[in-house]
Amino acid sequence: MTDLDTFRAETRAWLEANCPAEMREPMRDESDACWGGRNFRFKNEAQKLWMERMAQRGWTVPDWPRDYGGGGLSPAETKILRQEMARIGARNPLMSFGISMLGPALLKYGTEEQKKRFLPEIARGEIRWCQGYSEPNAGSDLASLQTRCEDKGDHWLVNGQKVWTSYADKADWIFCLVRTDFEAPKHKGISFILFDMASPGVSTRPILLISGSSPFCETFFDDVKVPKDQVVGEINKGWDVAKYLLGHEREMISGMGLGGQTGSLGEALVESIGRDPDGRMADPVLRADIARFDVDAMAFRAMSERFIDELKAGLAHPAQPSMMKYAGTELNKARHELVMAAGGSNALEWESGRSKKGKAAREWLRTKANSIEGGTSEVQLGIIAKRILDLPGA
Amino acid sequence: MPLYLTEDQVMLRDTARQLMAEEGSIAKQLRKYRDQGCPDGFGHALWKQMAELGFTGILIDEADGGLGLGHVEAGIVLEEIGRNLTPSPFLISAVAVVEALKGTPHAQRWFPGILAGDTVAALAVDEGPKHRPEAIAMRAERAGNGFRLSGRKQFVVQGASADVIVVAARTDEGVTMFAVEREAKGLEVEGVRLADSSIGARLDFQGVEVNADAVIGEVGGGEALLGRVLDAGRSGAASEMVGLGSEAMAMTVDYLKQRKQFGRLIGEFQVLQHRAAHLYSELEIARSAAIKAQQLLDEGSPEAEAMVSVAKAKAGRASTLAVQEGVQMHGGIGMTDEYDIGLYMKRDRALNELFGDSNYHADKLARLKGY
Repeated sequence: MTDLDTFRAETRAWLEANCPAEMREPMRDESDACWGGRNFRFKNEAQKLWMERMAQRGWTVPDWPRDYGGGGLSPAETKILRQEMARIGARNPLMSFGISMLGPALLKYGTEEQKKRFLPEIARGEIRWCQGYSEPNAGSDLASLQTRCEDKGDHWLVNGQKVWTSYADKADWIFCLVRTDFEAPKHKGISFILFDMASPGVSTRPILLISGSSPFCETFFDDVKVPKDQVVGEINKGWDVAKYLLGHEREMISGMGLGGQTGSLGEALVESIGRDPDGRMADPVLRADIARFDVDAMAFRAMSERFIDELKAGLAHPAQPSMMKYAGTELNKARHELVMAAGGSNALEWESGRSKKGKAAREWLRTKANSIEGGTSEVQLGIIAKRILDLPGA
Repeated sequence: MPLYLTEDQVMLRDTARQLMAEEGSIAKQLRKYRDQGCPDGFGHALWKQMAELGFTGILIDEADGGLGLGHVEAGIVLEEIGRNLTPSPFLISAVAVVEALKGTPHAQRWFPGILAGDTVAALAVDEGPKHRPEAIAMRAERAGNGFRLSGRKQFVVQGASADVIVVAARTDEGVTMFAVEREAKGLEVEGVRLADSSIGARLDFQGVEVNADAVIGEVGGGEALLGRVLDAGRSGAASEMVGLGSEAMAMTVDYLKQRKQFGRLIGEFQVLQHRAAHLYSELEIARSAAIKAQQLLDEGSPEAEAMVSVAKAKAGRASTLAVQEGVQMHGGIGMTDEYDIGLYMKRDRALNELFGDSNYHADKLARLKGY
């Protein structure tokens, strides 16, 4: 047996012994996700146990260094861990913007002191982070952001407004883009700052969406005082950090592209649609659409696998996350259009005894944001055109 | 197995890329043999060169004199063939037919010639204008010591210049595969020049008598074998289309950087940028599907069949998008014979039809997934 075979065998045995049965069932909806944080209410004991056991081993962030709460695993070992988790259907023990977005940026740009302070509590699920990027007048043109951050000698003073801040009302800390130089060209006066959402002067207001839920907030900063050691990277060079981090956000969204779905959509829908006498899905035109979707979805899963392999081996083009984000989110929207078409008027039910809070319709509407948040599809296509295809202008 | 090329595979790709770009180019191969009206439609000298580099033995075991590599490696060569529209017996002879004859007594008879680049082999499956291998009707009746084959086949690529033809027919026991020599009595062959200048053939088996030893594998056991042979060919065709589509895209993106209208490069127009970026995305996804399918084939995975259909369907659609956008974005010159982009459009059409088009494979995937 090679070392990797041994690692696989040990990992399999450990997961078998330590992953609670409830955590091997598919997540029913977003509310089954474990986010951790100061105020998080675990859905059940199994969810808490699973997060803590994985965190104990450093496996909430398997490829981070051990010094920062990670598992210190190699890319090959990380892949094996993911495969073994998938094999038993183990849920993600900890959903976290700290893991998927802030962590990689801190690992690259943070000071040693910042890494030691923030990374382990992210890995343990103790602090839940949110991201303060978009503003009312800075959406696709993010670099035009206006939130003001002034140097007051012994502290920073932050004033302004963010919008589309995911789960700001539930987050403990925020990583935030602020303007520290109003004279410089727009990309050159931005800094990347961290602060506690419990700081005086921070307030949030959830935004009700067409899906009926409020995953996003407006976030207001009114004379918020921030300690001087909480800027990541150099002052006025926050755009570099932001771009790096956006790449990770796109990876995460593109990874979610299929909502963790691994099976065939047609297989999942055929019983509810019904079959013709030959056993085929009863509606032949819908069947054709679904079959083409399954082709696209399975091909995209191969792309995701290749992308992750290339990323870990340092072979991925730096703008490739844009392509993954674009393709993954468009696919997820297509998927939910088909689910709605298959469900007919059942899928329209918003409130009823037989629908779980109108799941189909609410999820369908939720997916429409996938190709807007984290950079619209049009922004991604522009990035691909400019940075991968090297087309002029743009 | 990571989904990117190993160092050895990168070396193979570089070798294949150089050979095809230099010797397999459109000017030296496709246009030359087209304009000469060559009845074979491909260059025997290049087939020899490929053999000398070991390419024709990629899927042949080392014990039999081959390289003992897999479908991933065959796909690497086919991607380069696709980029240059190189007319070559590689896909049918060195991939599909090698898969058919592997491990059978026919291997000793035909592999040395394939390894040497002397032998060309063909595969006769389709009987109508669309690929329907489930409905093979060609009869093989027992006669004397062997069988008598009767029926018609079409779209037999390189069928007119093949030394041996692997044929799928139906006996009382079920589908049976045969290796039939081109010179067999009663076999009428009509060479057909297709839109892409490749030479297909219509075959008319008028009671062709073959010995029992012409059977490949078991009598009546041909269905699984045919499935394997077709999947080898399909995954290879997927790579060829990925190469074709990528080169069509590269030519088009280059053109967007040169052509000026309204006082600016047309590549500055966002409407074209976004379409080009979408095309890039589709082709990368198709490339991933093809490699994945080939890896699964090489592993002998039960998931391979579905993934091969995904790869063939996805590569077909991506490559078609590439040639359609290519001709459109080239504007008027895209319609001229002098310019190469139109040749890509023709070859894409033929490769889409070969071994089942995107509709066939989407339907097949649905059947495999139980709907």
